[in-house]
Amino acid sequence: MSQIVFEGRPVPFHPGQSIGAALTAAGIRSWRTTRSGGRPRGLYCGIGVCFDCLITVNGRPSLRACMVEAREGDVVEGGGRDA
Amino acid sequence: MVIVGGGVVGAACAYYAARAGLTVTVVERGAVAGGTTGAGEGNLLVSDKEPGPELDLAVLSSARWAELAAEDGLGAAVEYEPKGGLVVAETEEGAAGLAGLAARQRASGVEAVEVPAAELTGYEPHLAPDLAGGMFYPQDAQVQPMLAAAHLLRASGAEVRTGVTVTGMSRSGARVTGVRTDRGDLAAGAVVNAAGTWGGEVAALAGVNVPILPRRGFILVTEPLPPLIRHKVYAAEYVANVASDDEGLESSAVVEGTPAGTILIGATRERVGFDRTLSTAALRRLARQAIRLFPVLADVAAIRAYCGFRPYCPDHLPVIGPDPRAEGLLHACGHEGAGIGLAAATGHLIAQSLTGARPDFDLHPFRPDRFPEQP
Repeated sequence: MSQIVFEGRPVPFHPGQSIGAALTAAGIRSWRTTRSGGRPRGLYCGIGVCFDCLITVNGRPSLRACMVEAREGDVVEGGGRDA
Repeated sequence: MVIVGGGVVGAACAYYAARAGLTVTVVERGAVAGGTTGAGEGNLLVSDKEPGPELDLAVLSSARWAELAAEDGLGAAVEYEPKGGLVVAETEEGAAGLAGLAARQRASGVEAVEVPAAELTGYEPHLAPDLAGGMFYPQDAQVQPMLAAAHLLRASGAEVRTGVTVTGMSRSGARVTGVRTDRGDLAAGAVVNAAGTWGGEVAALAGVNVPILPRRGFILVTEPLPPLIRHKVYAAEYVANVASDDEGLESSAVVEGTPAGTILIGATRERVGFDRTLSTAALRRLARQAIRLFPVLADVAAIRAYCGFRPYCPDHLPVIGPDPRAEGLLHACGHEGAGIGLAAATGHLIAQSLTGARPDFDLHPFRPDRFPEQP
């Protein structure tokens, strides 16, 4: 099975799956914290509207995890530019 | 008394009227801040106005907002930020125009500090390096407009009835004695029309003409970023746009950070009725103009846009005060793009009118019967 690397640990994905779906399927439900209050955030709407699931992929910050298709070997870190 | 409209102006009227001892009910057709209030940036600006009654009202309102923000917890709750505004000019000609405007505004009580080109990045490190100069206005400030309306309403203790539409006025002879709504009649010693862009429709229910029309504006919102922009920053052309009578698309960038991390990029002006169709041409122009001021934004994602309808009168002045054509009816609407900023003074002056106190501001320029009667 294909893999991405989330904060140093391998996470499997099915071809066509979004990074957000792959993380959630692996039991990783949050990957950033809120600006005020530090509360955990992951998938919320899951369809690209809410911008809650921001993530950094291969160095590109502030992408929506629910909208980015997972690719073999992607290096994924939680949060966006303001994390 | 009954206030028609749960936007920031209605909320400020409720706040000051309740503080003056009146019993207030606010009737709102939709949700609190669901109209133009919720579609704004939260500008409290004195910098963008030519000398005249509107600037005088803005200066008074700026002081009232500072007082409100100093009240227990209210400033933090509404995200009041007395951050100051920085107006920048691209050309020497533009900078000279700014200096002339500032000289006229100072006579109206506006503080304005000239900023030479070389000192601009001291105010805003990310500004484009080739601007000709600017003017800093320490009185300019910002609130989160929806929070402002909601917290003023809460602090007022007024009864707020949302989802209730006013369908008519109760009369006793010529006098307005309350409102009729789709949920029953409400008797009132006075009715305040704070219906914003829809204020003309409410006035018509009382049989009086208050010509208010919509002027559409789009705002572009970036992804949340670490603090990047310290002040309200806008291009000198903005002042000309605000005062313009052109019907077509006008835009000049107003760029500001928010406590939520997003950057707001306003604002377009168009007279297209109540058309909510997304205009990519308008958004593209806003983005281009913002990048012209802050090149760093070229690499930043815009995550959404919203639009709203500024309530404007033919002479671009608001309508504030008792209506001599319909005793018992007062108006507090038509503030165009300055409603958040002008709300505090408007509420204060409406409360003075309601209690018979001598108003500390001449309302004559804002009188509701200044327009020609419709044929």
